Amino acid sequence: MNDMRIVKRDVDMNDIKISAKGVQVYYGDTHAIKDVNVEIKDKTVTAFIGPSGCGKSTFLRCLNRMNDTIDICRVEGSIQIEGEDIYDKRVDPVQLRAKVGMVFQKPNPFPKSIYDNVAYGPRIHGLARTKADLDEIVEKSLRRGAIWNEVKDRLHAPGTGLSGGQQQRLCIARAVATEPEVLLMDEPCSALDPIATAQVEELIDELRENFSVVIVTHSMQQAARVSQKTAFFHLGNLVEYGETGQIFTNPQDPRTESYITGRIG
Amino acid sequence: MSTLLIVALVGALAVVGYVLGVRRAMASADGDLRLLHSLKGYYGQNVALLVLVPSLLVLVIWMTVQPLLIEQSVLGMISNTDVAQGSSRSLMMADVRRVADGLDVAVAQGAMSRDAASDVRVDFTNVRERLASVGVAVGSTVTQSTLEAAQKFRALAATGNMIRGIVVLLIAAAGFGYALKQTDKDFRARNVVERGILVLLIAAASIAVLTTLGIVFSLIFNTIDFFESFPGADFFFGTRWEPSFSGRGGASDLGFLPLIWGTLYISIIALVVAVPLGLFAAIYLSEYASNSVRSIAKPVLEVLAGIPTIVYGLFALLTVGPLLVNIFGADGLLGVNWMSGGTAAMTAGLVMGIMLIPFVSSLSDDIINAVPQAMRDGSYGLGATQSETIRQVILPAALPGIVGAVLLAASRAIGETMIVVLGAGAAASLSLNPLEAMTTVTAKIVSQLTGDGEFNSPETMVAFALGMTLFVITLALNVVALIIVRKYREQYD
Ligand SMILES: Nc1ncnc2c1ncn2[C@@H]1O[C@H](COP(=O)(O)OP(=O)(O)OP(=O)(O)O)[C@@H](O)[C@H]1O
Ligand SMILES: [Mg+2]
Repeated sequence: MNDMRIVKRDVDMNDIKISAKGVQVYYGDTHAIKDVNVEIKDKTVTAFIGPSGCGKSTFLRCLNRMNDTIDICRVEGSIQIEGEDIYDKRVDPVQLRAKVGMVFQKPNPFPKSIYDNVAYGPRIHGLARTKADLDEIVEKSLRRGAIWNEVKDRLHAPGTGLSGGQQQRLCIARAVATEPEVLLMDEPCSALDPIATAQVEELIDELRENFSVVIVTHSMQQAARVSQKTAFFHLGNLVEYGETGQIFTNPQDPRTESYITGRIG
Repeated sequence: MSTLLIVALVGALAVVGYVLGVRRAMASADGDLRLLHSLKGYYGQNVALLVLVPSLLVLVIWMTVQPLLIEQSVLGMISNTDVAQGSSRSLMMADVRRVADGLDVAVAQGAMSRDAASDVRVDFTNVRERLASVGVAVGSTVTQSTLEAAQKFRALAATGNMIRGIVVLLIAAAGFGYALKQTDKDFRARNVVERGILVLLIAAASIAVLTTLGIVFSLIFNTIDFFESFPGADFFFGTRWEPSFSGRGGASDLGFLPLIWGTLYISIIALVVAVPLGLFAAIYLSEYASNSVRSIAKPVLEVLAGIPTIVYGLFALLTVGPLLVNIFGADGLLGVNWMSGGTAAMTAGLVMGIMLIPFVSSLSDDIINAVPQAMRDGSYGLGATQSETIRQVILPAALPGIVGAVLLAASRAIGETMIVVLGAGAAASLSLNPLEAMTTVTAKIVSQLTGDGEFNSPETMVAFALGMTLFVITLALNVVALIIVRKYREQYD
């Protein structure tokens, strides 16, 4: 990859934000994640790649305890964010999710107006003191989600009335509105056209200044464009994890190489 | 020809038609399935449908129209002098029908020969006794004119049934022939069957609508009769309900207001009990309860819905009423004297509320469960708590359905009778005190019709006016609710 990025990377690579050790996830009897160890750096974009069904979404959902909502799901091992075990009894998953935001694989706007969709998080967490504050947060978030121009005239129309790609960007705007420290994005660009994709990638790059971003993607190009670190999952195992440049140019594991070159899919 | 025989014949023809249709289609394609436009079963179904639908439709229409026509022509035979003897034309007509049926039964049982039945004369036979011996009771001694009318009735019915059988079978045969002639490998049987099924479904839907119309009309005529003998203003705006039955003489006060007041008051108490409890129960069951709790609690709650309302009425009368008297009565726990007897609006309302809890909860539970998991995930993912998620995402999404559930409960409450009869008392009153006895529209409909008053006095006819008014009120309620729900849907769908 290009040199500029390597320079920048040295500056940014300070500390570890999330550290997962020996993570196992079971859905009933299905063993979906097998002994995954990974360290995600602060102010970095980390990409998860791998064939469909390999457990990317499952692992991503472990990082903000969204798996708690699935009855049959069991998580073992330790996941620490800034040194604090998030599966500790004292940790409030609600607080955690405010800090670790998420954009889901399938767009899921609430059956409310576009405005209320974006204002949902800020209202719950009391981020705006006045109506004007809230208006500002909503506008800023919609701009960051690259959808402001399309919806600014119909903020009070229902969010469910938007197209699939617009809904996806609305969900991105909704997630960034709560100012999370970590943003987990599960295939955020799967329904987007190239222009919107470019805008979202720009947003991801911008978020990296302050937050760490984890993105699941099926597009190698996208992983290469936006991420600094890449993790390759296969059948529930973390096969290889390292610098994006190195994974794409010089993979250590034969499985990684065949996936990147298009031989396992 | 009896109806059953006709239906059986048509059915048999349909089965034969099915088989022949399939055969013919196969033959036209030289036995090669792939040459047929549709699967072979469709050709058979096409024939069967054409046999069944038009002929049975004609049969049904015939069966409704024929009695009306016969009645019209027989009615002319009943002389006015007979009618004058203290009964009405419609009562006479009922006698005629009974005698005619009785003679048919006698023939069927072999107590009379066919010829004897058509030759009976009052002067030779005591028709009433003859009929009683085969188990048909006739109200009064049969007069010659009644007997003649009955004979005419039988003759007309016999001819009518005969023609009916022939016509229906001819139509079935025509359908059979036409459909078989159509059958050919290029015939689009699948599309025709598809359309036939559509027609059947539409027919089913229209029967429901037509029945409702029928109910309305049957009420309307009686209601108009009532308003001819009782001033409408006194009914709608009267504040006293004191019917006097003819035996006692004197005019009645038939004011509607105390009754509708009782109905609404008791229904509102019931809804105030049922809606929050039912909704909270539904939220607990669908959002918080573990699977094992849910699998026990939900059926247990639904058992409540299976209890007959008369049992709830007993519960109100024997348990809840005395309990309330113990609290609010003269020597009660509170030391106030607000309640004199166990029957009160509060008693009936509370028990009715308990009855409605499972309605509200099981319907709302289904509706809440239908809200996609993705909605919940979206909200949790933004750091919302469970109750915030429920209040701000799930309930709004489920609202149209919940409003529907509440309305269903409301119409149950308004129409409920037994609990009111036993729990609320019989005195109509326009009181604000929920601890006083009250009564409702439905309870009064029952008591007006179960007395032994004549069936044409305002005191009994008022039941139809009450029923009609109640119907209009619930209809208006549903329309309003539909508008609300639709408006909400437009906003968020
Ligand atoms: N709710 C669930 N219940 C049971 N099994 C599940 C559930 N969710 C996922 N799984 C299983 O866990 C495994 C990993 O699924 P996951 O959704 O994490 O895959 P993924 O890598 O995100 O795939 P994709 O790229 O198609 O989104 C799959 O085998 C899947 O069948
Ligand atoms: Mg996935």
